[in-house]
Amino acid sequence: MRKMTDNTRTELATPDAETGRPHPGRAVSRVVEGWVAAFRRKLSAGELGWLPVVLVLAAVWIIFQSLNENFLSPRNLSNLSVDIVGTGLIAVGIVFVLLLGELDLSVGSISGLAAAVFAVLNVNSGVPEWLALIVGVLAGTVAGTVQGYSFAKTRVPAFVVTLAGLLTWNGIMLAILGTSGTINLDENGLVAKLTSYYFTNDAVAYGLAAVGASVVFLVSYQDRRRRQAVGMPHRSLRAIGVRTGAVAVIAFAVAYLLNRFQGLPLALLIFLVTVAGLDIVLRHTHYGRQVYALGGSVEASRRASLSVTWVRTAVLAVSGTMAAIGGLFLASRITSVSQSSGSGVLLLNAIAAAVIGGTSLFGGRGTTWSAVLGMLVIQSIASGMAITDTPTAVQSVITGGVLFAAVVIDSLSRRSQEAHGRA
Amino acid sequence: MPTPPLLALHGVCKRYGVVEVLKDIELEIHAGQVVALLGDNGAGKSTLVKVISGVAPADKGVVEWEGRAVHIKRPHDARDLGIATVYQDLALCGNLDVVGNLFLGREIRRFGFLDEMEMERLTRSLLERLTRNLPDLRAPVVSLSGGQRQTVAIARSLLANPRVLLLDEPTAALGFKQTTEVLDLIDRLRDRGLGVLLISHNMGDVKALADRAAVLRLGRNNGFFDVNTASQEQIISSITGATENVPRPPAPHESAW
Repeated sequence: MRKMTDNTRTELATPDAETGRPHPGRAVSRVVEGWVAAFRRKLSAGELGWLPVVLVLAAVWIIFQSLNENFLSPRNLSNLSVDIVGTGLIAVGIVFVLLLGELDLSVGSISGLAAAVFAVLNVNSGVPEWLALIVGVLAGTVAGTVQGYSFAKTRVPAFVVTLAGLLTWNGIMLAILGTSGTINLDENGLVAKLTSYYFTNDAVAYGLAAVGASVVFLVSYQDRRRRQAVGMPHRSLRAIGVRTGAVAVIAFAVAYLLNRFQGLPLALLIFLVTVAGLDIVLRHTHYGRQVYALGGSVEASRRASLSVTWVRTAVLAVSGTMAAIGGLFLASRITSVSQSSGSGVLLLNAIAAAVIGGTSLFGGRGTTWSAVLGMLVIQSIASGMAITDTPTAVQSVITGGVLFAAVVIDSLSRRSQEAHGRA
Repeated sequence: MPTPPLLALHGVCKRYGVVEVLKDIELEIHAGQVVALLGDNGAGKSTLVKVISGVAPADKGVVEWEGRAVHIKRPHDARDLGIATVYQDLALCGNLDVVGNLFLGREIRRFGFLDEMEMERLTRSLLERLTRNLPDLRAPVVSLSGGQRQTVAIARSLLANPRVLLLDEPTAALGFKQTTEVLDLIDRLRDRGLGVLLISHNMGDVKALADRAAVLRLGRNNGFFDVNTASQEQIISSITGATENVPRPPAPHESAW
C-alpha cells in the first residue's frame, strides 16, 4: 500500500532533526502529524485516494464479524484471499483502461474465451498444459490488441468497440467449446494448482513479508541518499522508518493469518506480485506516464508528440491479457470450463472493483492497487452474505450501493478538485 | 540581407475542408526579436501557430529555417528544428504533476525507469530562474493558479533550449501582476537571443514588448509594422480592415519593412 505513505513526500528533513537523537514516540507522532496535515490538504483539494475504500472495508468487516464470529477467522480470510484473485486480475486490466477514461466491456468474454482455448487444447486435444496455457493467454492478448487497434484507428469509443468484442469473443468461445458443454480440468494439473497450491511452510509467508518490507525500505533509503547528495528535499529517516514499519506490520499480519490456516496461497502471491509489478510499470516507466497523460488530456499528449494510437492499442492489449489470465484462475478455482464461463456478473464485478478501489471513471487517476482493495470489498460482502445466509438478491443491492457511493465520491472529488484549481 | 531569418514562411496556405483559413502567408522571425502576430478573432492566428508547430501542417507554401527549406509535418519535426510552442489552452495534463508535465514525451530514464529525482532537480532549477513563487512540484497541475500554469507551460517549452518560441495569447487569462511577470520573462528570453512570435489582443503588451508586428486579416497578410515607429491607430485600423482610409498604406511585403 504505497499510496498510504505517499503523503509523507512533502515532509522535509531538517538538519538538526538528522543529528539529534529524537525520542521514538515523539518521532512517530510528528510523522503522523505530517500525515494529518497532508491529509487535510488532500481532503480540501478533493484527493481522497485510498481512504474511502479502506473505511468501507473496515465497516464491512466489523459488521459481518459482529453478525458471525467466523467471518474474520483465518480459514475464511484465506479463502477470501484466493477468491479475489481471478476477478481481481481482470480488474487490474480494467484499471489500465479506466486510466484512459475508457471502458472495456469485453473482459468477461475474453476470460471465458481464454479458458475455453486452454481446456479444448489441453483436455480434448492433449496439448501439454504449459503450451495450452500460453496459447490461452495469447488469445486474450490478440483479442485485446485487435480491439485496441480498432478503437485507436476508428476513434469509436472503446466501450462500443468492446461491446462488439463481448458478443464476438463469446460466440467464438461457444464455437470452440462445441456441443461438449462442460470440460473438466485435470484436478492435479498446473492450472488447477494455480488456486489450490499453498506454501505450507510458515517460513515462506514470513520470508516474503520480510522481503517486501526490506524492498520498501531499501528503495526509499536509496532515493533519500540520491536526493541528499544533490541537496534536494528528501524524506526524513523517521518517515522512511514509519513507512517501512507500516508495510511490515500489514505484511506480517497477513502472513500470520495465512499461516494459521494452510499457509500462503500461490494464487495470492501471483496476484500481489502482478499488481506490484504493473504498479511500477504505470508509475515509473515511460509507457505508464503516457497512459496517465492520455487520461489527463488527449490533445496535450498529442502535442507532446506521444503516439496516441500505440498507447491505446497497448492498453487494451494489457486489458485483454489480464482478462485471459484472470479467466484461467477462475477456471482453476472450479477446475472446469463451461459455456457460462466468463458470463454473468463477472464483467460488472471487475469494473466495480476498480472503481470502488478508487480509480476514477474520468481517467487519469488511480493505481493497480485499487483492484486489490475494490475486490476485497466486493468479495468480503459476498463472503459475509454467504456466511450469514443472506439471499443473493440482498448481496447485489449492497454491492450496487457501494459502487454507487464510490462513483459519487469520484465525481464529487473531481468537481472539488476543479473548483480548487480555479480558486 | 546579412543573416537569413531563423524562420521564414512564404506563400503558406491552409484549408479546413472548403474553408480557406490561411492564404499566401508571409512571415519572418529573427533571432533576438519579438514579432507580434495580430488580428481579429478568426483571422487565422492560432492556425498559423499550429502550422508552424506541426500540429496542423501547411497545405502549400515554403517554410525556411535559417535560409533552407524544411518540411514540418509533425510536432516532432518542429521540435527537432528548435521551435517550441505555448498554446493558448496551455496543453497541460491536469492530472500530472509539474515535473510530469514538463518532461512529458521526453522523460529522463535511468535503468529503463523514470528518473524522477533528476527530472525534479532540473524542473526546480529551471523554474527558479523563471519565477519567484515556486509551485509545489508534486501537486497536480489542475490545482495550480492560472499564472503558475502559464509559467509551467512556458518552462516546458524552454526545456529543449529552443531557438524560436511561439506564444499564443500568453497573458489573456492572467491578472495584472502575473501579466507583468510573463512579459518580463519574454523580454529576458529575447535578450538571450530567442526569436519570439507573440500572439496578443492587448495592444499595450505589443507596444511594450514587440519589435515588429504582422497583421492577419481574414486569413491573409494585412500589413507589417515597425512597432517603434508605427502608430497604434495604424496597426488597429489594419487589424479591423479600415486600412483604405489610412493616408499611408502599410507595406504590402516583408521586403518593404
